Amino acid sequence: MKQTITGIGVSDGIAIAKAYRLETPDLTVEKTTIDKPEQELARFESAKSEAAVELEAIRAKAAENFGADKAEIFSAHLLVLNDPELANTVKGSIEQGINAEYALQQAADTFTAMFEAMDNEYMRERAADIRDVTKRLLAKLLGVHVSDPSTIDEEVIIIADDLTPSATAQLNKQFVKGFVTDIGGRTSHSAILGRMLEIPAVVGTKTAMASIEQGTSLIVDGTDGTVLLEPTGEELNSYETKKSQFEQDKELLKRFVTEATITSDGHHVEVGANIASTEDLPLADKNGAEGVGLFRTEFLYMGKSDFPTEEEQFDAYKTVLSSMNGRPTVVRTLDIGGDKELSYFSTPEEMNPFLGERAIRLCFEHPEMFRTQLRALLRASVHGNLKIMFPMIATLEEFRRAKGMLLEEQEKLHAEGIEVSDSYEVGMMLEIPAAAVIADLFAKEVDFFSIGTNDLIQYTMAADRMNETVSYLYQPNHPSILRLINNVIQAAHKEGKWVGMCGEVAGDPLSIPVLLGMGLDEFSMSPSSILKARAQFASLSKAEWESYIPEILQMETSEKIIEFVKAHS
Amino acid sequence: MEKKTYTITSSEGLHARPCSMLVSAVTPFQSEVTITYKERTANLKSIMGVMGMGIESGAQVEIVAEGADEAEAIAKVDSIMKSESIGE
Repeated sequence: MKQTITGIGVSDGIAIAKAYRLETPDLTVEKTTIDKPEQELARFESAKSEAAVELEAIRAKAAENFGADKAEIFSAHLLVLNDPELANTVKGSIEQGINAEYALQQAADTFTAMFEAMDNEYMRERAADIRDVTKRLLAKLLGVHVSDPSTIDEEVIIIADDLTPSATAQLNKQFVKGFVTDIGGRTSHSAILGRMLEIPAVVGTKTAMASIEQGTSLIVDGTDGTVLLEPTGEELNSYETKKSQFEQDKELLKRFVTEATITSDGHHVEVGANIASTEDLPLADKNGAEGVGLFRTEFLYMGKSDFPTEEEQFDAYKTVLSSMNGRPTVVRTLDIGGDKELSYFSTPEEMNPFLGERAIRLCFEHPEMFRTQLRALLRASVHGNLKIMFPMIATLEEFRRAKGMLLEEQEKLHAEGIEVSDSYEVGMMLEIPAAAVIADLFAKEVDFFSIGTNDLIQYTMAADRMNETVSYLYQPNHPSILRLINNVIQAAHKEGKWVGMCGEVAGDPLSIPVLLGMGLDEFSMSPSSILKARAQFASLSKAEWESYIPEILQMETSEKIIEFVKAHS
Repeated sequence: MEKKTYTITSSEGLHARPCSMLVSAVTPFQSEVTITYKERTANLKSIMGVMGMGIESGAQVEIVAEGADEAEAIAKVDSIMKSESIGE
């Protein structure tokens, strides 16, 4: 059977190997009455020691594969396994005539519920650890086999519903060549791990577990999210070539990690990373990011049962700022609404959510939520080079209002004796055409602009980027878009302000030469694109591209502009 | 019975690493060791019991050991608290 599955490519590269299914065992438990509690207790104890032996082995593997830090989580798992309170709760039920499996399940539910109810992100995550440990113990009691990826001794591609921490820690990079999960998105645990291990990963496939059998030959393309089942010889050949090309390029790019981004005529531009969580920081560093051009703060608000506290936010901002160690760090205030929603906060049903109450508009409607974030940011400002950015600004009044709220919070902090940096910057995301047209007026009041191309294009073209029938209008190199961008850059420079870009386009090899010629100061992109971009800059002359700009701005179509770029670079 | 009072100074409170270290340190002792915070008491050998108390930085806690090796247990707690900068 010939088949292709697609998901979201979250870690670049190509893997060719056989499938290894990571099964989620059936751990259904029934309540039975027992008449020999001593026997039941003995079963529980022996299951515990078996699980302990297994966890010890996993801990050793994790230390070997990922270092002592990552192994620490399994020391915590062992403490949970040997927790006397857990054991006492289970023993109490067994002594009342309840079978060990049911007793354990009940105890596990009680403890996980307790941790899940805590108003602290860290503690809620511990609930997952408890579940992980008790599942292992339950499997031992039930005599059910749990897939044990640490025993893998040939090259495989892992197929799973999702990856649990204990499963991922057992993955041996030597043999695990990639993975495919049915659940997850760009910022899920498995995606971040894939990028950290630098193995291709595709998530959100929905049907991989249902359609891929153990041992099926697979090709996984983590760049575009394709998974090919039982590939033909021809497909194998073409992907082998692609794979070695990818690896060769990667090797060549390594020398750019420690270098600044300099054009062939000696001009410096800043190439930064877009990050979505503190967990992306190692990746930004590994790729030599010169700063963070976009820290999306939405992740702090997602996958939770309530708004993050000021303290939680402060911790995250401080972590990012101090780990960037003085390098510029642009933090975008909350941008929800549109296609991003929160479970604990109902955003209004709208006919056109992208034209509705989203981002800064929503923040104005809920000033308490917004002020909490502003306070956390201001407090963190002393830990690095902070640049605060407001999203979806259309009018000057909006910018003034947001900045006014920020300054009010700063006053309050001063009054409370809390220190705030006096050198942080306040800028805006430039993504609404109205703002691009009057960029000269904004430029007098902002410290910087960062151009968000995805939205700027969709709003300029009046074409929903989720709607495939109008996707032909998504044209980053269209004369209208380039003229708007150029207008913004020139207006900002006239006032001595800098301009960055944090959309996909900033890392696009076809757009980079033109943007450089226009004088864009900062290019922010996904960390895995940084080195490629830096290599491209090294081959471009800024003066040369500057001289082409008047001619490019007179071209009539995207096609002509792309042709020109290809011919000259 | 031996007891000692501490102010938690670790910035993460008694979560994660500091908590694991204390639990691992007292587990081998025969004595019963408990921790009391805001009038709630938990077994210091139970990681879930201790983490479940949600002890933040700055909290006042009392550690009590009772049993044959109570003095040694408290001494161990004291040395971990100080050497790992968990509390004072």
